Amino acid sequence: MFDLFSFLPRAVVQGMPLLLGSTGETLTEKSGNLNLGIPGIMYVGAISGVIGSFFYEQATGGNVQPLVAILIPLGCCLLGSLLMGLLYCFLTVTLRANQNVTGLALTTFGVGFGNFFGGSLIKLSGSELPSVILTATSNVFRRSLPFAGKLGWFGKIFLSYGFLAYLAVVIALVASYILKRTRAGLQLRAVGESPNTADAAGINVNRYKYVATCTGSMIAGLGGLYYVMDYASGMWSNNAFGDRGWLAIALVIFTVWRPNVGVLASILFGGLYILHMYIPSGMNLAVKELYKMAPYVITIIVLVLSSMRNKRENQPPASLGLAYFREER
Amino acid sequence: MNNKQRSPLFHIAKRSALRWYSAWAIRGGAVLLALVVCGVITSQVTGEDPIAVYKAIFEGSFGSSRKAWVLLQNIAMLLCVSLAVTPAFRMRCWNLGAEGQALAGALAAAACMILLGPKLPNGAVILCMIVTSILAGAIWAGIPAFFKAKWNTNETLFTLMMNYVATQLVSYYCVVWESPKGSGNIGIINPNTQIGWFPSIAGQKYLLNILVVALVCVAMYVYLNYSKHGYEIAVVGESERTARYVGIKVERVIIRTMLLSGAVCGLAGLLLVGSTNHTLTPTLVEGRGFTAVMVSWLAKFNPIWMILTSFLLVFLSRGAGEIATNFGLNSSFGDILTGVILFFIIGSEFFINYEIHFRKSGEKEETSNV
Amino acid sequence: MDNKIAAVKMRNITKRFGPVLANDKVWLDIYRGEILALLGENGSGKTTLMNMLSGIYFPDEGEISIDGKEVVIRSPKDAFDLGIGMIHQHFKLVDVLTAAENIVLGLEGKLDLKAAKEKIRGICDAYGFEVDPDQKIYDMSVSQKQTVEIVKVLYRGADILILDEPTAVLTPQETDKLFAVLRNMRDDGKAVVIITHKMHEVEALSDRVAILRHGQFIGDMPTRDTNAQEMTNMMVGHAVTLNIDRPEPVDPKPRIEVKNLTVRSIDGILKLEDVSFTANSGEILGIAGISGCGQKELLEAIAGLQPVESGSIQYIEDDGSREELIGKNPLSIAEMGVSLSFVPEDRLGMGLVANMDLSDNMMLRSFRKGRSIFTDRKTPRQLALDVVEELEVRTPSVATPVRRLSGGNVQKVLVGREIASAPTVLLTAYAVRGLDINSSYTIYDLINKQKAAGVAVLYVGEDLDVLLELADRILVLCGGKVSGIVPGRGAKKRDVGLMMTKIGGKTDE
Repeated sequence: MFDLFSFLPRAVVQGMPLLLGSTGETLTEKSGNLNLGIPGIMYVGAISGVIGSFFYEQATGGNVQPLVAILIPLGCCLLGSLLMGLLYCFLTVTLRANQNVTGLALTTFGVGFGNFFGGSLIKLSGSELPSVILTATSNVFRRSLPFAGKLGWFGKIFLSYGFLAYLAVVIALVASYILKRTRAGLQLRAVGESPNTADAAGINVNRYKYVATCTGSMIAGLGGLYYVMDYASGMWSNNAFGDRGWLAIALVIFTVWRPNVGVLASILFGGLYILHMYIPSGMNLAVKELYKMAPYVITIIVLVLSSMRNKRENQPPASLGLAYFREER
Repeated sequence: MNNKQRSPLFHIAKRSALRWYSAWAIRGGAVLLALVVCGVITSQVTGEDPIAVYKAIFEGSFGSSRKAWVLLQNIAMLLCVSLAVTPAFRMRCWNLGAEGQALAGALAAAACMILLGPKLPNGAVILCMIVTSILAGAIWAGIPAFFKAKWNTNETLFTLMMNYVATQLVSYYCVVWESPKGSGNIGIINPNTQIGWFPSIAGQKYLLNILVVALVCVAMYVYLNYSKHGYEIAVVGESERTARYVGIKVERVIIRTMLLSGAVCGLAGLLLVGSTNHTLTPTLVEGRGFTAVMVSWLAKFNPIWMILTSFLLVFLSRGAGEIATNFGLNSSFGDILTGVILFFIIGSEFFINYEIHFRKSGEKEETSNV
Repeated sequence: MDNKIAAVKMRNITKRFGPVLANDKVWLDIYRGEILALLGENGSGKTTLMNMLSGIYFPDEGEISIDGKEVVIRSPKDAFDLGIGMIHQHFKLVDVLTAAENIVLGLEGKLDLKAAKEKIRGICDAYGFEVDPDQKIYDMSVSQKQTVEIVKVLYRGADILILDEPTAVLTPQETDKLFAVLRNMRDDGKAVVIITHKMHEVEALSDRVAILRHGQFIGDMPTRDTNAQEMTNMMVGHAVTLNIDRPEPVDPKPRIEVKNLTVRSIDGILKLEDVSFTANSGEILGIAGISGCGQKELLEAIAGLQPVESGSIQYIEDDGSREELIGKNPLSIAEMGVSLSFVPEDRLGMGLVANMDLSDNMMLRSFRKGRSIFTDRKTPRQLALDVVEELEVRTPSVATPVRRLSGGNVQKVLVGREIASAPTVLLTAYAVRGLDINSSYTIYDLINKQKAAGVAVLYVGEDLDVLLELADRILVLCGGKVSGIVPGRGAKKRDVGLMMTKIGGKTDE
């Protein structure tokens, strides 16, 4: 029997890393930067947070102060992903390197970085298993409202998550609002559509690209952090994050560059990812893999349909993937 | 605004042209600089002196004849995928789906081995493998190409998504064909009969791959630079309007070139299954589809230079792997080093394409290196 | 003028693009309460100079001062802060945004589109513009887009306005309206610069005229103190007497017959309506019309590059047999044995591949020849060498990418290739645009030689003087319809001009 009340919360926790990743990537792409380094950045965000909280837990012997236990990994995660964003910007914006190549190199680097330090921590912790477990920190991250449990199905579906999940939704909605309703959002869209025009209008194109891409990287990095601390209950094992970074990029296309749509779409993607467990035939391991294919297939369908309908608002930002040089002739 | 300062400190202009040897000198400089940085990082992490690190890098590739063969085999496979994506790139069509296309080829080859292995003679199985895997790769690339040609669907995003469709498809079949039951892996296919295994040449298991790829490399070079198709690809890449103006059917060239691109990827998948690994896993291609993008771009889409760039990347990752085992580091260390080196090379392109004018006392200076 | 302080002083401005010297030590003064016409041929460096004032380019050398104070304009934002606003020839608008969003783009403060729309309506009412602030740019016509551009600059309160060839896309009525607005602005005390190469605009509108030639400042003077002849002389360097050769057509026979041709653009806009005419062999058929009234579509329809809604285009062989060209692409037309050459308007974007060298560009037409799967590189190379020699193309070698050649040499390469295939029909669009006088005459000679060889030439031109001296007959288009066909010999410029703006050319007055 399909149990919606246990399915939905699990779909949500699956979806939130994707939501953060795709919100970050949407902001980035709106500035005309196709950052294919997002998967790497999410790895770096996750491992930076893990490193921070690992040493904090070691220092305190597991008796963590809740606020510090949140701030240290959060700060490390933001710093790590910011540095990745800066690197991407320096190469593609300042040095005008090819975005696809830079992004892929960043992903290679980021995934390697995550697995290397993850592996080192595992060794340091002397664990038998190939993973590090940060239970104390994770418990802080996973803490939900105390009365959530008393509210039955309502509490379970809406109130049972750690604070990062709500933050993810808020970030997505705020990002949507900024893009649609504020001057900064308007100028950012102009930069991504036509940097030439934006430049002629007196907008500092490079600054917008830097700020949007770095902010986007940090948001995406949070997605990695959420995955480790909340979804995986504080357990880091190498490569466990898998292809979620690419799924986040797929989500950007699926939502046609709208973070607010992403809130529900990410839960849909998350649901598709775990749907096999709730379907009778799902116990068949092979079929599980086919369900995991679904998000990519529907993304492709959306991509194709939007290009066939050719509605101007639903196209990728016009200068996506192109470096901007004012004096190009 | 500061009116005392008469002009910005420097400004950037596009170079009219740089001689090829200067360009390669800049790239070489970037690689050297990157190696120095990598050496410093490694000796910081391991506490070893840099010389030992470089020695380890070198030994990772040439330490023994087995290592040298593995190096050559890896270069060949990376080069093969890089050659595959190059025609599409020359057409300014960003085929980021080489990973998926190669997997599709590998899947087809493995399917022939598993399903036809017990029924047909070895020769027939190998023939089926060759045909179906090349076809599968071509189809996998042909789908995005069709939509690109017909509705201008963004091929970068489409091909990227196709990678994961292929990965999941392979994962599915890995379970369906698992052996032994419950392992979730296919394991070595036909371990006893060796049906569908490509023959060793002169006792070397990898020689066949290397020879095939060398042939493809030369053929691709000739195809791109001297054939009518290659010329059409170049024209379409430079300007679709010009191509239409001289009567080139742009849609047809896009589809044909992507089919070729996918077919060569399929060939890479075939070689990986039939010759190198004799098995199928979702990670069989090992990210070469993405590394190939960098190999091809670094070589400026020139097949001959690509031998050099793929050597460089394989050499580094083998070296980094050696460092990892020698000094007790995690094998992912190699990815970090590869990343660092790529950043340097990517950054160095700026100094090839642009020049910086400093405006000090009205004089102009040029920087030419990193 | 000397007692006024110049709003803008540009001194010794130099700008290079690679090997090309676009501006060479230019001096220019711009005053408030005055309309300055910046006059010069295409490629004389007018736009580059103004781009440096509006912050798009940064000068390699020289100084700029505003109201007597030396300034550095590093970006368009700096320019706005100094009250400089430029309306570019290629509109700087973001297609997917609305008019209002485009107008407030780049400003600071909280985004209040409601207030912005109010202000836009105010400006529109004051000057008689019609702009729907909520309309998306991609839904707009060219003149609507230009209006948005002008409103954008006014919205920012610019008091130094630069307009780059603003009338090129306008109908005469729209031009009159624009000129009235510009005069109002001048009377408001704003400094207005209009970049143009049209003499009558200078005379009709400007108070002062400054002339550039080959990137150099030639001189400036009050418009009332000069005349068209003097300005032309300054613009081109020496007195022009357009003595273009026009031999009598030899044995003209119908070659291309166009009947009731109707063409719509992809957006569904009617570009050509019920166009019929015949082009004869051994004759130059000039095609006149203001910019964008269907010339491009007409040539591209004949060349097989433009889908046609209805009508017919027939190619007539010497023996009278006919071939329908509609529904064919350039390749199938060539395969039918029709040797049709086309010199398009966009040389580097369509006719040639900018990044390829001369030999490879020669190959564009011929690379399919032969059964081999490989290209023949020797013949195109030889052709390139021949073209370089015969047409005196100035290039380091035939292995130089064509983008590095100057405009005139690029055109020689293109025309040289197109006539090398011994065409029976030659289509040319703006064949001498941006070319210096010498190169232009080389091109006229080449076209006349083709005519003498019995080729049917269709010559689309923007310079009426040239059309009147070169063409045997002139087909005048107006808004996609045939306004009339007149013999080139004896045609009056005034009559043709009228036909361009009104079907049949008869005025009601």
